[in-house]
Amino acid sequence: MHGKYHVRTTINGEAVEFLCEPRQSLLECLRDILGLTGSKEGCNDGNCGACTVILDGRIVNSCLVLGAEADGADITTIEGVARGSRLHPVQRAFLEQAALQCGVCTPGLIVAAKALLEAEAQPSEERIRFWLANNLCRCTGYDKIVRAVQQAAHEMQEVNR
Amino acid sequence: MSAPAYQVVGTRPIRHDGADKVTGRALYGADLELAGLLHGFVLRCPHAHARLRRIDTSKAEAFPGVKAVVTAADFPPSGDRMVDLGEGETPLSYIRGNVLASGKALYCGHAVAAVAAVNVHVAEEAAGLIEVDYEVLPHVTTALDAMREDAPLVHEELRTKEFGAPGSRPSNVAEHFRHEMGEVERGFAEAEVIVEREFHTSTVHQGYIEPHNATALWNNDGRVLIWCSTQGSFVVRDTTACILDLPVSQVKVTPLEIGGGFGGKIPVYLEPVAALLSKKSGRPVKIVMSRKDVFEGTGPTPGSFIRVKIGARRDGTITAAEAYLAYEAGAYPGAMVASGAMTVFAAYHLPNVRIDGFDVCVNKPSTAAYRAPGATNAAFATESVMDELAENLNVDPLDFRLKNAAREGARRADGVKYRRIGCVEVIEAMKNSEHYRSALNGPHRGRGVAIGYWFNVGLASSCTISVNEDGTVNLVEGSTDIGGTRTSVAMQAAEVLGIAAEDVHPVVADTDSVGYTAVTGGSRVTFATGWAAYEAAQDVVRQMRERAARLWDVDPDAVEAVRGQYRAGSHRATFRALAAQLNRTGGPVVGRATVNPKGAGGSFSGVICDVEVDPETGKTTILRFTSIQDAGKAIHPAYVEGQMQGGSVQGIGWALNEEYYMTAEGTMANASFLDYRIPTCYDLPMIETIIVEVPNPGHPFGVRGVGEANIVPPPAALANAIYRAAGVRMRRLPMNPAAVMEAIWAAAK
Repeated sequence: MHGKYHVRTTINGEAVEFLCEPRQSLLECLRDILGLTGSKEGCNDGNCGACTVILDGRIVNSCLVLGAEADGADITTIEGVARGSRLHPVQRAFLEQAALQCGVCTPGLIVAAKALLEAEAQPSEERIRFWLANNLCRCTGYDKIVRAVQQAAHEMQEVNR
Repeated sequence: MSAPAYQVVGTRPIRHDGADKVTGRALYGADLELAGLLHGFVLRCPHAHARLRRIDTSKAEAFPGVKAVVTAADFPPSGDRMVDLGEGETPLSYIRGNVLASGKALYCGHAVAAVAAVNVHVAEEAAGLIEVDYEVLPHVTTALDAMREDAPLVHEELRTKEFGAPGSRPSNVAEHFRHEMGEVERGFAEAEVIVEREFHTSTVHQGYIEPHNATALWNNDGRVLIWCSTQGSFVVRDTTACILDLPVSQVKVTPLEIGGGFGGKIPVYLEPVAALLSKKSGRPVKIVMSRKDVFEGTGPTPGSFIRVKIGARRDGTITAAEAYLAYEAGAYPGAMVASGAMTVFAAYHLPNVRIDGFDVCVNKPSTAAYRAPGATNAAFATESVMDELAENLNVDPLDFRLKNAAREGARRADGVKYRRIGCVEVIEAMKNSEHYRSALNGPHRGRGVAIGYWFNVGLASSCTISVNEDGTVNLVEGSTDIGGTRTSVAMQAAEVLGIAAEDVHPVVADTDSVGYTAVTGGSRVTFATGWAAYEAAQDVVRQMRERAARLWDVDPDAVEAVRGQYRAGSHRATFRALAAQLNRTGGPVVGRATVNPKGAGGSFSGVICDVEVDPETGKTTILRFTSIQDAGKAIHPAYVEGQMQGGSVQGIGWALNEEYYMTAEGTMANASFLDYRIPTCYDLPMIETIIVEVPNPGHPFGVRGVGEANIVPPPAALANAIYRAAGVRMRRLPMNPAAVMEAIWAAAK
């Protein structure tokens, strides 16, 4: 068996190094090696989006990225979305709109929505639904999630004005 | 009488666990890390039905990094007996047998053995070295096939319980029961229009995003400590104790956050296995299912065959109704057909009814509850027939339903006599809705309606409330929180205490720290645990009045408490002021209550939906969808809406897309979220909601419970909408594009 890889990354703005086996996914590295358990495993085959992270500016299913592939990457996980004690507007909107029930899909959805609003300031409902279609939620029927993203988009627009 | 004005009930505070859940801090079962933790992997049978001739675990045990291997042979050698774990009497051998197969594996995915190792990859590799000598047996996977005389037997020893009496012939039918009321034949003879149709529904899964998980430590003092994701920590405790032949007090269950359940996280799968692995290895063991394990080894809800016949006079009065319900129990008896029979005609006041129910074992995973279990299948049939009858009678489908709607005092065929119910109010709200009154124009478009019912349950709940000197309280309850119930429970305490919802700090405690509390299921938490919180808060108020009386040197009966304001004569104090003086007036105040309420109020729900069916592909697009439901009283309306929206979308998935696609070998071909496709947000419009409030007289705030009835009407409403859009009556779920296209082609022939 191959030895462990030495991986150097930036996670949530801080330099992070870890050792991982060749077969370990980035999700497994985040959760089991680094203790960043906010990213969730719902399927481990790229179909539920609960493990969504931002990797070098793109949203990815961290279960489909090998830990070793993350060498040199800049990664944002759910743990890096809030600014210290201040929630991100998407996080606040999720709370105010009651856009979560069990909450297990929530980290992935918030990371994906944050990336959307960084890419597009005023997405249409259609655009929000298309962008978030990778993130399965079984509890809410998505209605309040879409509304939360709309609210966050509106608030971020107000702040930038 | 005007509705009482509340200060907290009916508002929309931020949920208490919200910050943890939007920052990734909330601790779910799979997130748990313990010193020395081992990781488990469960080996599952790849065949639909197979005798286990021999299991050789020696190579797995010798694999580097492996610390323990277990099979059913490691269960304590207690014999079989009947046990009641809250859902009626069940043979222990069935419960134990589903956890680890013994003698035979009854479905593809049935657990056969388990390995604990230093990491999950090593455990999985080692499990691959376990040699199982399978004798593959003939299998059967649908209720109708399993009811045939020559069907392979899932359980050789099973005999049909026929109208309560045990039968003598081996069969896959665990039970046949009948509810009968009035004179059915005479009722049909009086009918001028009769519609009788047959329906099939596929096996579907609850589809929660968090896979099952359990961590167990068989401690050196003999106690078994369990951390897991469950709808009922006491069910896990009692079931695990039963299987491991321990007193319940030797098992402590700590429920961690639960990532969805919908009924599917009531059964116990992993906890006893993790405990056995821990006992053998001397270390804590965590097992987390893969998504494939979840599809193949847990849930699902029964597939079914249903025949419904309803007759009516020309004036729209129903004269008789008959239903034949055959539900697939999966590997072990218990197909939820009883609740199918309770709900199949529950929305209507019928004089003459006969309902036959069949609980049928097949070689599929043992079925579990799924949100109003059994009711959605039944309503698909009834509400489709009702739609066809309304069409034949040339009346508005809602007027036809309203004319026959169940009201207070109506008796169902299963014997229940309704107390105050909101069936009429729900149908009227549908009729009066902007959605129903709006026009739907355009080709290939149609509107469908349907209604549904779920009876809800009460059951035991416990709660304690301790008062902090800063005027807040800590609330300890035992109901695992799947959809925001910490808050809906806390709000009821806050209302009684006259403090803000935010000043109640709710905690869902482990089984050592709170009184017995039944499962989070049956839409019971806001109803029953909310009631326990209400009573515990009343207990606090009583004690606070005593404290005020002591301060003011008056009789406690002279102290009035209204919304957190205490007064006697000219004395005044707020709850907060009294709380600050607890140490001077006798020490801490703790309120407590246990309840086991019988007054659960059933909830009716309706759906109006507009669809467009593509005549080239058969794809159904939902243009507009409204869910209407009687909440009794909506404690937190945003989370009531959330239940309605979530249940609606699960019903949409069930209707249009979801199914266990079974191969000829009896295995599931689509055991992933790619192929078992649940609705994404791109598949859906906004889900509009109308909350109806017909207070339940059996609850202090009128709560009925809203978790379930909302999933019941969508499949029938969609079928009725598809009929108006495409001219075809769909009587088999799912109504996916291929099925609709074939129906359109068949109709064109």
